[in-house]
Amino acid sequence: MQPLELSAVDLVAAIRQGDVSAVRVAEAFLDRITSVDGAIHAFLHVDREAAIARAADIDARRKAGKPLGALAGLPVAVKDALCTADQPTTCASRMLAGFRPPYDAEVVARLRRADAVLVGKTNMDEFAMGGSNENSAFGPVHNPWDLARAPGGSSGGSAACVAADMAPVAIGSDTGGSIRQPAGLCGITGLKPTYGRVSRRGLVAFASSLDQIGPMTRSAADAALVMEAIAGHDPGDSTSLRAEVPPYASLLEQPLTGLRIGRVAEHFGPGLDPEVAHGVEEAFAAFKAAGATIHDVELPHAKYGIATYYLVAPCEASSNLARYDGAHYGHRAEPGKGHRAEPGKGHRAEPGKGHPADGVMTFESPLVEMYCRSRAEGFGPEVKRRIMLGTYALSSGYYDAYYAKALRVRRLIRQDYLDAFRGVDLIGGPVSPTPAFPLGEKTSDPLAMYLVDMYTVGTNLAGIGGISFPCGFTKGGLPIGFQLQGPALSEPLLLRAADRYQRLTDWHRRRPKLPA
Amino acid sequence: MALSRQDVAKVGLLARLALSGDDLDRMTGELSKIVGFVSQLEELDTADVVPLAHPLDTQNVFRDDEPAASLTTAEALQSAPRHDGACFLVPAVLGESGAA
Repeated sequence: MQPLELSAVDLVAAIRQGDVSAVRVAEAFLDRITSVDGAIHAFLHVDREAAIARAADIDARRKAGKPLGALAGLPVAVKDALCTADQPTTCASRMLAGFRPPYDAEVVARLRRADAVLVGKTNMDEFAMGGSNENSAFGPVHNPWDLARAPGGSSGGSAACVAADMAPVAIGSDTGGSIRQPAGLCGITGLKPTYGRVSRRGLVAFASSLDQIGPMTRSAADAALVMEAIAGHDPGDSTSLRAEVPPYASLLEQPLTGLRIGRVAEHFGPGLDPEVAHGVEEAFAAFKAAGATIHDVELPHAKYGIATYYLVAPCEASSNLARYDGAHYGHRAEPGKGHRAEPGKGHRAEPGKGHPADGVMTFESPLVEMYCRSRAEGFGPEVKRRIMLGTYALSSGYYDAYYAKALRVRRLIRQDYLDAFRGVDLIGGPVSPTPAFPLGEKTSDPLAMYLVDMYTVGTNLAGIGGISFPCGFTKGGLPIGFQLQGPALSEPLLLRAADRYQRLTDWHRRRPKLPA
Repeated sequence: MALSRQDVAKVGLLARLALSGDDLDRMTGELSKIVGFVSQLEELDTADVVPLAHPLDTQNVFRDDEPAASLTTAEALQSAPRHDGACFLVPAVLGESGAA
């Protein structure tokens, strides 16, 4: 038995039946990480010893006839945005280099209670801000399908590690597409649950009204298994929903007949790569052949999604990231380097001495200077850009024109979905306008990078669910992703539709060829 | 919508980000471009639309007020850049002197 080739569902069954030991499974994936991650850089931290000890404990408990959790022995990689008390949590930022959280994120705690084996923390765009993983302070992730291309982001490490068989399951987070877009670009399945379906406690906050954690897997069936373990109300997250967790896995068996899928004509407008368009149209045809009907729907305000998102998310981020102050945890600038206060003239930076403020900014006290310099040193360029944009849009005189305006348009965008879902069950379409793009292609143009989220941000703004999965490959061998969006709490239907598609096609079984 | 270099410097101070002259030059251009892009929302008439700050309709969520364990002082201080075992240490909040 080759553990790397088994689905998560089959791995859990094989371990439970004693066909393979949890230790053997953990070693297989850890060895795979050792052999291929040098070229991919999906992981920021791998804890081999702890993972094997954990697996050995599970094997011992199984032999002793003790009860085991639903994910017993399943290796899981976790995005480095989720707090882990026994592993560093950096959000791929220098600001949090070496940070040890004092507690586990709720999702991490649930994975441990289900007896999953946590293998390590995955690379990402710094503080989950980006669509290519190139904003990681610790270097980019390489797409396993073409190492010169980006894996997408911000959960690029989670997507790449599943695509390259370094873990059967990874956990990601999605604020504007950060699960679905890298899943699409890496040829795996990624579910962004309804806002509040999965607890955000212990997820390092980016934009709190948009952030949601979800599974990144090789198939919808594997995602259903993981969702049963991580979804559900958490008293520690006041935005977590008090809704029953359905038996996602067993609900997959319901037939697809009668499913109404919406198709938005504007999704196929300018900017969509022709090969992506072709793959997406083929997927619509496959759903039709499986008994679904396809209907035209309109999302009239979808074209304002990016503009709305790039106000709402940076505003929330500027507020959330105020916590990085160099005082409680995280990076603190060393005092006095190349700098002396001028007595009686305020705390003014001297020009020309290597000081970051360069004589332009005046600080009102040593404390404020420490804040400003710590944050300048700790945050990377994209994080600073978004903090600045959000601070500007929230500042006196601009709040109504930008932030309040964006919130009004957000309601229009959500209303479009509510109207559309009166006529269809799900909405299908592309995940991203292009397949994986070359590393470096968009790094000099922030706005071009923002546009990669054009099909995904609406889901977050509306607080609904979305799933992406592979629906074909380009002539150059790059995966093409298909996205389904559904109403709030439609995860059973999203998973079932994706699973049905995967029973009829084998795109999700394709694996990149990597030098082992 | 173009931002001036002085606008960006002011926002930098509000955001508690020390910016070099080069940072200011670059960000003035980048932020002007992004703000210009997001200003497309102006073409929508939203006078009658209530802002939507949050996708859920839930309000006033409370949990039971039950005593539970919280972080110990040592846990709370474990990642602090400077502390004295009981408190976080920071530079002077007022004036020019004092450092931690």
